[in-house]
Amino acid sequence: MIGFAFLMLPLVALLIRAPWSGLGSLLSNSEVLTALRLSIECATAATLASLILGVPLAWMLARIHLPGMGLLRALVTLPLVLPPVVGGIALLLALGRRGVVGRYLDQWFGLTLPFTTAGVIVAETFVAMPFLVVTVEGALRSADRDLEEAAVTLGASRTTVFGRITLPLIAPSLLAGSVLCWARALGEFGATITFAGNLPGTTQTMPLKIYNAFETDPEAATALSLVLLLVAVIILAALRDRWLRGSPSA
Amino acid sequence: MSGADRAGTHRPPTSAALAVNGSVELGTFRLDIDLAVGAGEVLGVLGPNGAGKTTLLRALAGLTMLTTGQIALDGERLDDCAADIFVPSDQRPIGVVFQNYRLFPHLTVRDNIAFAPRCRRTGRRESRAIAQRWMDRLGLSELSGRKPAELSGGQAQRVALARALAADPGLLLLDEPLAALDARTKLEVRAELRRHLADFPGPTLLVTHDPLEAMVMTDRLVVIESGQIVQQGPPAEVARRPATQYVARVVGLNLYRGTRDATGKVALDAGGTLIASGLLDLNDQATNGAAPTGRVLVAIRPTAIAMHTTRPEHSSPRNVWQGTVTGLELLTDRVRAEINGAPPALVDITPDAVADLDLANGRPIWLSAKATDIDVYRDPA
Repeated sequence: MIGFAFLMLPLVALLIRAPWSGLGSLLSNSEVLTALRLSIECATAATLASLILGVPLAWMLARIHLPGMGLLRALVTLPLVLPPVVGGIALLLALGRRGVVGRYLDQWFGLTLPFTTAGVIVAETFVAMPFLVVTVEGALRSADRDLEEAAVTLGASRTTVFGRITLPLIAPSLLAGSVLCWARALGEFGATITFAGNLPGTTQTMPLKIYNAFETDPEAATALSLVLLLVAVIILAALRDRWLRGSPSA
Repeated sequence: MSGADRAGTHRPPTSAALAVNGSVELGTFRLDIDLAVGAGEVLGVLGPNGAGKTTLLRALAGLTMLTTGQIALDGERLDDCAADIFVPSDQRPIGVVFQNYRLFPHLTVRDNIAFAPRCRRTGRRESRAIAQRWMDRLGLSELSGRKPAELSGGQAQRVALARALAADPGLLLLDEPLAALDARTKLEVRAELRRHLADFPGPTLLVTHDPLEAMVMTDRLVVIESGQIVQQGPPAEVARRPATQYVARVVGLNLYRGTRDATGKVALDAGGTLIASGLLDLNDQATNGAAPTGRVLVAIRPTAIAMHTTRPEHSSPRNVWQGTVTGLELLTDRVRAEINGAPPALVDITPDAVADLDLANGRPIWLSAKATDIDVYRDPA
């Protein structure tokens, strides 16, 4: 009970102290709307990137049995436990203008990621993709291989099996993984501020905006926090069935 | 298919649509197989669990590679280790009905059946038309829009068969097709499945450990034990002259190995002596129709043995021996008594007789059997 109270108290405080009267005007503030839109766009882009890169990775981790696969799996989940700030610094060292790879991106393609919106997406993808990979990998691991085998005997090629059998079977987990990934990307702070900076309109997402606002206008920060809390509650409601029933993908 | 151009010299005889000769090694297990199945023939593969039945089926389906040898279907090699040919499963002209059907849970009955035509790049409309034809044929039209979870066991079995047949296969493989059904449904589906198998023009392989299924649904039987073919022949022949204890047990016969001398006495390996003169093998060229001498098998039906509380004096049976009751089991309309003696035997009697004889475990008992009721034939092993 004390644990529950401990978890709930800050959220209740947020609700109590929220400047309900000024909420409308605060939230229609163009800067806030810009930050919110940027957040949603970046989180969505990061989720898409995670799907494109993460699903094949999850498939590989779940289905290919080679020595060293266990280590690979552990490495993939590293960003889950890595402090995001460290992730941001690592990204800078890799993809920054003077970074290991970033240097060539800059020289050859004139591409710089730090302090751009693309940089935000990269940072968010780095931090959030493991959520998707872990969820999808688990589903692929427990997916019914017998059904895939049956499809093969009916003449299905590898891609047909994946598209018509495997993917539909793991769809619930894919959705859950995407939502988790999106939520994590939306709230991403440390890696983003380190790697992409805090430029309004370009890299200033909601969490950064809240952090900024907190120093100048605590009331506004509270109101913005309320918005993110609302998003979190909506996500929780959407995933409620999965978690409350404790059932993994069918 | 990859082997077609070089298949010329090794074509199997034209009467055999499917010819398999080779082995599969899986760890310490080894399956040796040499068999041929004709077009339209239903070959039953009978054997205990772990005998290698499913391994054989998987090798034919292209889900397991042969370790040595080759598989040819209608003159085309599907697998040939020496020539390095292996046609992968998705390119083999096969239809598989799996033990638990493996219907796709997210697809409707119609889309399950249309799956194979769709894989062959047949258009959606044409595929559905093919599925419709099979649904009509197997009486599934009303279930068209249902998901597999909404089907009964018998219905699911029919959908699995329709899905396999809709691939227009040259070879049909069934893995314990009735094992997942309850007894009553099994009865209905068995007759129906038999009818559909009769309509199928290609070779069919039916894997089962259910003797009744094997007897009723197949044209010929192959018995596999521990990865080896131990017996093959028409079901009736296998049932009458089992070659191993396993087969004898599934067809419900007492089977003994022994040595028969010129006077007709068979000294049994299990102990005891029997005089046997039933069902001489007229086709046995080595003995010219007479009972064989040397190593023989002796088979006695459990109903052909009589039980007595005292040594039978006036009866004509030439075989009389003593034993002890070690078990009683109620079958549907009779009681099967397990007798330990020389030789041991299973004896079927009526429940009345159990009461008359006052049978109970440990009770000593006399057994008798007429020589003409005891079949003797050469031991193929």
